[in-house]
Amino acid sequence: MTEEQPFLRLSGVSKRFGGVQALDDIDWEVRRGEVHCLVGENGCGKSTLIKAVAGVHAPSAGSIEVEGRNVLPLDPGRARALGIQVIFQDLSLFPNLTVAENIGIEGALGGALRPVRRARMREVGREGLERLDFALDLDALVSDLPVAERQITAIARGLAARARLILMDEPTASLTRAEVGRLLGIVARLRQDGIAVVFVSHRLDEVVEIAERVTVLRDGRKVGTWPVAEVDQRRIATLMTGVEIEHEVVARDMSAAPVLLEVGGLSRRGEFADVSFGLRRGEVLGIVGLLGSGRTELALTLFGMTRAESGRIALEGQPLSLRSNRDAVRAGIAYVSEDRLSLGVVLPQSIEDNLIVALMQQLKNRFGLMPPARRRALAAEWVRRLAITIPGLDRPVQTLSGGNQQRIVLAKWLATGPKVLILDSPTVGVDIKNKQGIYEVVAELARQGMGVIVISDEVAEVFATCDRILHMRAGRIIGETVPGAVSEHEMEARIYA
Amino acid sequence: MPERAHAGLARLRRRPEIWLLLVILLVGGVFGVTARGFLTLPNVIDLLETYSVQAIIAMGLFVVLVSGGIDISFAATASVAQYCAALLASRVGLPVPLVIAAGLGVGVALGCLNALLIHYFRITSIIATIAMMSVSFSLLMYFSEGRSVYDLPDWWTSRVVFLRAELASGDIVRITLPIVLMAVVALVTWALMTRTSLGRQLYAMGGNPEAARRIGIGTGRLTFFAYGYLGLLAAVGGMVQAHRVGESVPNAMVGTELAILSAAVLGGASLTGGIGTVPGVLLGIVLLAILQNGLNLLGVSPYFFQIVIGITILVSTSITVLSSRRGRRLRQLGGAPAHG
Repeated sequence: MTEEQPFLRLSGVSKRFGGVQALDDIDWEVRRGEVHCLVGENGCGKSTLIKAVAGVHAPSAGSIEVEGRNVLPLDPGRARALGIQVIFQDLSLFPNLTVAENIGIEGALGGALRPVRRARMREVGREGLERLDFALDLDALVSDLPVAERQITAIARGLAARARLILMDEPTASLTRAEVGRLLGIVARLRQDGIAVVFVSHRLDEVVEIAERVTVLRDGRKVGTWPVAEVDQRRIATLMTGVEIEHEVVARDMSAAPVLLEVGGLSRRGEFADVSFGLRRGEVLGIVGLLGSGRTELALTLFGMTRAESGRIALEGQPLSLRSNRDAVRAGIAYVSEDRLSLGVVLPQSIEDNLIVALMQQLKNRFGLMPPARRRALAAEWVRRLAITIPGLDRPVQTLSGGNQQRIVLAKWLATGPKVLILDSPTVGVDIKNKQGIYEVVAELARQGMGVIVISDEVAEVFATCDRILHMRAGRIIGETVPGAVSEHEMEARIYA
Repeated sequence: MPERAHAGLARLRRRPEIWLLLVILLVGGVFGVTARGFLTLPNVIDLLETYSVQAIIAMGLFVVLVSGGIDISFAATASVAQYCAALLASRVGLPVPLVIAAGLGVGVALGCLNALLIHYFRITSIIATIAMMSVSFSLLMYFSEGRSVYDLPDWWTSRVVFLRAELASGDIVRITLPIVLMAVVALVTWALMTRTSLGRQLYAMGGNPEAARRIGIGTGRLTFFAYGYLGLLAAVGGMVQAHRVGESVPNAMVGTELAILSAAVLGGASLTGGIGTVPGVLLGIVLLAILQNGLNLLGVSPYFFQIVIGITILVSTSITVLSSRRGRRLRQLGGAPAHG
């Protein structure tokens, strides 16, 4: 027997939700101590698959074996007892408890009146972090930690519960490049300890760096599993989407166009300092920088949500004094937030209601009322202009895919007829096909004369959309480049230096 | 090491209990100087006894708040439990243990009914308990026709003194049953919430119910425990209240809901769940008690006291929110170079 028995084996696993075939006859193996990537676009069945393994969803057909033994029916408690730990995208931590309490929580379950010793909990917490070779304040509240450290807390919790297989759902979605690097180091340690790690992702860059094998899902089916050495990023992207995607540099020289927005010496204590730049009509300007570099804070000030302590903002030569975001909207500045789910749209409300929010003033007739027919017509027009795929205007926004939600937010602001559009990390959590769609919308808006600011930490994204790129770090603008003048790789090195 | 000490100090500064203690010392000092008789042992002991009922019930409410819920019906529960026990004792003449057990049983049952509505029928806790308050209190008034029970048996109304001391001034101070019960309830609640698995699970559920479910915490069980425990302590509070005043008046406890809730919130218990401590809630009660008593001794109108309560709550909760917000903003930039 040369072939070692895998830790986890799925055979013919299928899952139906009502009329939707979420998983279709999946055969899949995870070996002991391997790093395995499970990739696919949003809605391809990745989440359903890990939930089946975690015992959250019972498969409609097929079998799940752990070390050769059939483990169905599986419930979350049994899966954990078998050493299967899932680190969900939301991390499932307790923000009100300390790091030590979070890591030790599983040891504190069981009999209701069983005594819980704090010292023991701290010990478990310290051990968990030591295995990751990571120092964290055990007494810090999780709500005070940055996302990357919360994630480490979640991983340590999995280890404390004797994990043998850790599935991480989109672990890198909210991390900066440097933090991703640190996470990969941790994964390497886990592998040394014989713990298998499954990365579930729709982003491609880090897949190639750490995995031994990669499995691609598409539309609920397994496309295949390959050793990482045999596939490159482009091939994986093609396998995921079924289409070839080509990003090319679109930068144009806009220096002849008139200046639209001018920012001089803008500062806000603790957030950004002495920021000066100009945005020309029809230009797409990228602002790159890590999370915490002040890029989002700058955007919020330009949008009137916070006030600069010094410096000036001028639009079309007229100085602006923005006291609130209403002033900004009136002046012609629109902002689409990074966190589209919580800030940009009201998820349970209908598509029409979401589109109309920013247009209320325009829609009111002379009695101050909004005629329903006009509302509907306006909403329908925007859906058509941005090519949003929707089941119906009265459906809640949460029924749409990530990319379409993003377009709804975009439409909501475009409908106010802005001169300057600020997009903060516009494609976070959006799959490849929809990303391309959003890039096209941005290019079209710029052609119509709008000035667009794209804030991002994905170099590929700013290269694919921007005419000019500003580099921000620790609250200051420290460099300016034109896409194509340096390679994507070179630019990344500068940002993450 | 100094950095660690600094972090410890910073953490201490963010604890509402510390601020509350400072405010209490300040207010206590001011009244000690201005109000004659305020800072005397008899007055302090008297205050302890007066607020023992509120403190006992607040311990139960605290557990519900930590679990992520809220309960408005506890005063009605206390009244119903008290009245039922009073009827059983005076009209039926049941023996002592049975009367006490019946009173506590009524409290637990009403608490569990809340839990049932919240857990199985998925009614928001504030709605469910407002409805329950209305129903159980109205039933009480309907069947009692508002009549008080004056002829409580002696075992219920006679004073139980654990410790008695005569001061040099000639004043006599007594440590009585309500004070001892309050201490026991506070201690038990504290141990339960900080030293047992159950307590950890309640904090976890209050902090993130979905995550609690995912790691296999039985949230239904915990909901029943939290509301049942509050029902139990409401019944204890109700019976102690009758013990102190010597009669059972159906509507005597009504109106204490907000005072008790305010004390818990003042003491740092969060209405969104998962946050709060027993000492904090006790300090909240203490602050309300000395404010009321001190202003009373100064001859200030009771209406003015209500204004002071309202303003104290607004100020203390705003301070908590503002200090945590400032911390977040500074952290953002402070954390930036760490990525590099």
